[in-house]
Amino acid sequence: MGLRKYRGPGLWIVLGPKWQAARTRLRQQRAGAGPRFLLLALLALAFWSGVFGVVYRVLRYFRGVADIGDLLSTKLLGLALLAFSSILLLSNVITALSSFFLAKDLDLLAASPLHSIRFYLAKLVETTLHSSWMVALLAVPLFAAYGIVYGGGLLWPVIVVAAFVPFLVLPAVVGSTLTLLLVNIVPARRAKELLSLVAIGAAGGLVLLLRLAQPEQLVRPEGFRSLADFVRMLETPTNPLLPSEWAMRMLMNWLLRVADPRPVAALWGSAVVALVAGGILFRWRYRHAFSKAQEGAPPTGGGRGWAAALGALLGWLPAERREFILKDARLFFRDPTQWSQLILLGVLVVVYLFNIQALPVFSGEQVPPTVVTLVVFLNLGLAGFVLAAIAARFLFPSVSLEGRQMWLLRSSPLDLRSMLWSKYWIGTVPLLVLALVITTVTNLILRASPFMTLVSEATMVLFTLAASALALSFGAFYPRFDTENAAQIPTSFGGLVYMMASVLLLALVIMLEAPAVATRVQAEQAGTTMQWDAGLLVPLAAAVVLCCAATLLPLRLALARMEQLEF
Amino acid sequence: MITLTNLTKRYGSFTAVNGIDLTIRKGELFGFLGPNGAGKTTTFRMIAGIILPTSGRIEIGGIDLERQPLVAKRRMGYIPDRPFVYDKITGAEFLRFVAALYDAHDPMLERRIDELLDVFELVPWKHQLTESYSHGMRQKLIIASAFVHRPEVIVVDEPMVGLDPKGARLLKDLFRQYVDRGGTVLMSTHTLEVAEGMCDRIAIMQGGRILAQGTMDELRRQTASGDASLEDMFLRLTGGFQDHQLDAILGA
Repeated sequence: MGLRKYRGPGLWIVLGPKWQAARTRLRQQRAGAGPRFLLLALLALAFWSGVFGVVYRVLRYFRGVADIGDLLSTKLLGLALLAFSSILLLSNVITALSSFFLAKDLDLLAASPLHSIRFYLAKLVETTLHSSWMVALLAVPLFAAYGIVYGGGLLWPVIVVAAFVPFLVLPAVVGSTLTLLLVNIVPARRAKELLSLVAIGAAGGLVLLLRLAQPEQLVRPEGFRSLADFVRMLETPTNPLLPSEWAMRMLMNWLLRVADPRPVAALWGSAVVALVAGGILFRWRYRHAFSKAQEGAPPTGGGRGWAAALGALLGWLPAERREFILKDARLFFRDPTQWSQLILLGVLVVVYLFNIQALPVFSGEQVPPTVVTLVVFLNLGLAGFVLAAIAARFLFPSVSLEGRQMWLLRSSPLDLRSMLWSKYWIGTVPLLVLALVITTVTNLILRASPFMTLVSEATMVLFTLAASALALSFGAFYPRFDTENAAQIPTSFGGLVYMMASVLLLALVIMLEAPAVATRVQAEQAGTTMQWDAGLLVPLAAAVVLCCAATLLPLRLALARMEQLEF
Repeated sequence: MITLTNLTKRYGSFTAVNGIDLTIRKGELFGFLGPNGAGKTTTFRMIAGIILPTSGRIEIGGIDLERQPLVAKRRMGYIPDRPFVYDKITGAEFLRFVAALYDAHDPMLERRIDELLDVFELVPWKHQLTESYSHGMRQKLIIASAFVHRPEVIVVDEPMVGLDPKGARLLKDLFRQYVDRGGTVLMSTHTLEVAEGMCDRIAIMQGGRILAQGTMDELRRQTASGDASLEDMFLRLTGGFQDHQLDAILGA
């Protein structure tokens, strides 16, 4: 073997440890947590069945619609694939940043005689798998429903795989290329921050765009001037240059028995071209970009002004608690993977309010006040769910994020109780403000009565206090000290259990409040004054007690748990 | 064996390594000293081919690292200051992986792995996942992995951190015997006694520049230090603390 022609180890050798690690992880999880995996498997099965059931019913209905049924099915698949490719692109940009620039094995691989193209392919495979598995799982019931309703036959899974592989590869190549270019172009010290911002900004923009595009038009043909207009809209490709369109055409051509090789050629051809171009670009720019990415964060953290202001505001607290809260605030606002989530959160809140405003309550015919009252009450469930999800994102990882620094806190005179309560309040206060803003604004939009405003705001305050405590406590019970990215922590098993617990609490609270609200609705209908009795007051009091217990008890248990944790 | 020519690394306006020239001969154990932030690790990472120099040239055994990175890297074993090992694989699996990564076609690979594990007293943990290893055990495994493909050069950043006295002694003997058999070691360390006792030549670095280099005698001549110890020379070159600074923190 000539030295000049030496090409280094093969791709499978590089992927070997990841494969071995995945197998070991699976074996360990199987061995250690049977019931946990049974629960997860049941949940996944229920979710798959749910998605399959909904898509199956919709497609069956579409197939029964004369003339435009197949067009509707095609459009629906196109929309689903468009949504998938948007999610995949974003996910790939973020994942590529980790796998190509931040992963711990990069030094080992970079120091080894590994050919740059194999390095690229190994990291691309890793990026594709990490960023696409969720979408791939989500797609299974969707494609299954299409295959069954349209009689895709035994070869249908093969066709799906043939369409889905290039469909997954394309955003992975584009996402990793975008990441590579960004790390090359922007000043290296800001590259990581900018990438997080771009990704989150794009996610926010996408959500807004999807909302503003009003996809509900698709199922409201009465909004079009004529049936011909509606059919024309359905027949027009959403964007003939997008891979989602090619994948959709390839799949629907098979299902509708249309012989057209163009989508297949476009999909596979573009995937191969993208792969080659990505490889060339990687070879040309990666080492330069990787070197730049090593520079790390700016040497001085910003935000001294607000930190001083917050410090002054918390002046009444003992120094150790004040500094602990300030430390958490500094870490949050200096870590772009954390604070940039606020942008997404802001967009989601705007979309939520936009949706409430778009409800046809005050447009068109006059809606009885009782319906408004019911909408306000049901809105509690939605707002509560949103708040529980936000608590999962920001409070649940809180204990885990102390991670390897826990030795410092445990060896200091700061007691765990103070630490836990500091963490609780620093997460809960902003959440409370958000809860009150959401509830007040939606109540104003829905023109809620003073009674419903009082009920909903009190409920939201009590539920937020409890959901925060549950998030923090479940986070202490299921810590993930080894995870570097805070955004991954809530998607763990513990995060799932927390969400189930908080949704259960929300459902119980709403059920306990329902008699009082129902009586109120009846009184409104009858035009009489509401009569309070024990049958109404006891459930309301029970809701208050339940929220208080769900606040204090988990925190107490979490404290006991943290005292036992070994770091 | 290692030649650095006008090697420079800049991060924005900050110059981490500032035009260093250095030649490390075959069969030499060369020590790299310097205070924290002197640019040692950046230099080592450039030599290992992990990061690119802003300018300058690196040659390993006469092979230009930039032009023929794979060939140059294959001759090297790199031991980083922060040992990384994949968590969910065993020690033996890790060594097998590194051997494959460096394309070590050794028909006796399993025997070599056993020998390396035996030397570093890791045989009982051969089939244990590395996540259960202590810091010192991981360090030993990383050092073993650097030798698995029989490299001609070992570039090692802070090798003694985390090792017990027995491990440290083993490492000293290993490096000494390795260079005696024609291998080359470039080592950075903060343990001046180790550098003084082990290294054939030493370079002292600060602010991205090499302040002095040579054998102990040459260093003494360069710094006009008489028969001073390496510690005295190091502090004289890099600047030590003043008594009043200690008074300030400890109280007069």
